[in-house]
Amino acid sequence: MNSAVLTATREVTTANVTGRSRERTPGSLLFLGLLWFSLFFGVMVLVVLIVDTVLSGAPRFDSALVTRYDSTLFPERTGFRAGILGTVWLMLTTAVLAVPLGIAAAVHLEEFADPRRSWNRFIEVNLQNLAAVPAIVYGLLAVAVMAVLGFQRKGIVLGGAVALALLILPVIIITTREALRAVPEEIRSGSLALGATRWQTTWKQTLPSAVPGIATGTILGLSRAIGEAAPLLLLGIAGAVRFDPAGLTSPVTALPIQIYFMTSQSQESYQQAASAAIVVLLVMVLALNALAIFIRNKFQRRW
Amino acid sequence: MTDTQTAPAGPSSGTGLQGSAPTPDLGRRLRPGETAIRGGLLLAALLSVGITVGIVVALVEPVLSFFRQVDVGEFFAVEGDFAVLPLVSGTLMVTLIALLVAVPLGLGAAMYLSEYASPRTRRALKPTVELLAGVPSVVYGFFALAFVTPALLQDLLRLDVGFTNALAAGLVLGVMIVPTVASLSEDAFSAVPQAMRDGSLAMGANRMQTTLRVVLPAALSGVAAAVVLGMSRAIGETMIVALAAGAQRNLSLDPREGMQTMTGFIAQTAAGENPVGSVSYNMLFAVGLLLFVITFAINMVSTTIVRRYRQAY
Repeated sequence: MNSAVLTATREVTTANVTGRSRERTPGSLLFLGLLWFSLFFGVMVLVVLIVDTVLSGAPRFDSALVTRYDSTLFPERTGFRAGILGTVWLMLTTAVLAVPLGIAAAVHLEEFADPRRSWNRFIEVNLQNLAAVPAIVYGLLAVAVMAVLGFQRKGIVLGGAVALALLILPVIIITTREALRAVPEEIRSGSLALGATRWQTTWKQTLPSAVPGIATGTILGLSRAIGEAAPLLLLGIAGAVRFDPAGLTSPVTALPIQIYFMTSQSQESYQQAASAAIVVLLVMVLALNALAIFIRNKFQRRW
Repeated sequence: MTDTQTAPAGPSSGTGLQGSAPTPDLGRRLRPGETAIRGGLLLAALLSVGITVGIVVALVEPVLSFFRQVDVGEFFAVEGDFAVLPLVSGTLMVTLIALLVAVPLGLGAAMYLSEYASPRTRRALKPTVELLAGVPSVVYGFFALAFVTPALLQDLLRLDVGFTNALAAGLVLGVMIVPTVASLSEDAFSAVPQAMRDGSLAMGANRMQTTLRVVLPAALSGVAAAVVLGMSRAIGETMIVALAAGAQRNLSLDPREGMQTMTGFIAQTAAGENPVGSVSYNMLFAVGLLLFVITFAINMVSTTIVRRYRQAY
């Protein structure tokens, strides 16, 4: 009996000291429940979204979906070949335009610029603002850029890629800077001590060490661009293109644009086709995200 | 040869490498190739400023020709062909609904991740929250149109909503910006020093009281910045509202009605056939400039909040 009292006392004391009992009041439990709810609400929405889309797109999971062109005559056999190829073309062109520029700007800001100079701080504030500019405004800018470059034709690969490149440039710069900042100072000092110039140090030591981080950031930026439709609308990229893109000045369509125009149609078969196309788009986005996570986990070094 | 000479040791002439001991400035050696490379890098960095200037120039020129044809009063009017105020009110309505969804959910998720989750749980859960931001917005738009309005609002809640309505668009938009609010607020919570939590717990407060009365007030500036940034993303988001919020200008306070937003107007006008240089084409730029100015101002507010009210612990 004595030992039972002792155990009970010990348990009460432990509970008081560790604060267990304080954590078990109804209010706290309700609060914790609310936190759990807010954490998992998004996941719930995502699950509902995916299940609903897959169910309504299920009748259209056939080969026509990816091998055929858009068809107004047979909406039940309409396909997204032009959109998928167009999205791939747009992505590659965007990457070629944005990645070298973004990395160069980040290298300047992180390795060469003097942060105490007012213009460098100005560039920094400016970058933060650019990252939050609405995508559709980049579309307006790209319209002007294409007019200045003298391209009369609307809806071409280059125009869309310019808009998307402008859109993801701030993202690439910011993530590349973070990757460069994570490279320890000793690596730079060691290289400089051996007589390398600052550029040699950057090119041969800092940049290679930062490649996994840069790759991850770039891929995430591209996965943002892949689903973006708003700036492409402004460049006159149409939904109904019935041929493969053949070059930078070839008219093109993109998967999200086709989904947008198809969703606006009320016919049942278009809704099904749009759902099925969304599944294709989500698979592409998820594949890019998975690739980014894989690169980060596999290659990222921790110093 | 100059190449073999050792560079004079001296204080670094500013390298951007914070916290480093003064290193001999080896960049002083004359290497034309490297000077060119550094010039190229500088140009790339200056391009970001060029983009900002470019946005302003690209928008201002068509806007000027728009206001030569249309009176300023006709633009900032409640009704008429060129009235922008119904678009602004539509944007505000959708943004308000989105924030009502995103702020509680985002803060709740951030509190759990920062105050309750173990480091391992946090590593596992954070990407799932951020996944919400990775879904293309056109997909959310389709979801609002094909599921939220018919199944949730009309069938389940028996609301008298139209085919397109501000409520569905705002709700889905809110879900989309949860990660923005959550991840910035979580940074703010994590920046609160552990000693403050320990002090609160030692005084007998439980974790909920500590979170709500100590951590949240201490992180308030960061939370405010997160909310403001979420707001700017909600204002600028296009595809959800273009699909689900409606295509008619409607100055109304009833979220069950369809109402066009600024971004929705731009998308609709751009997708239509408007000859370059026509009044309605130029109006697109006027609305675009207004949108740019509004989001730019909001972002400045956000960065200022962070800079001015951040408590250095």
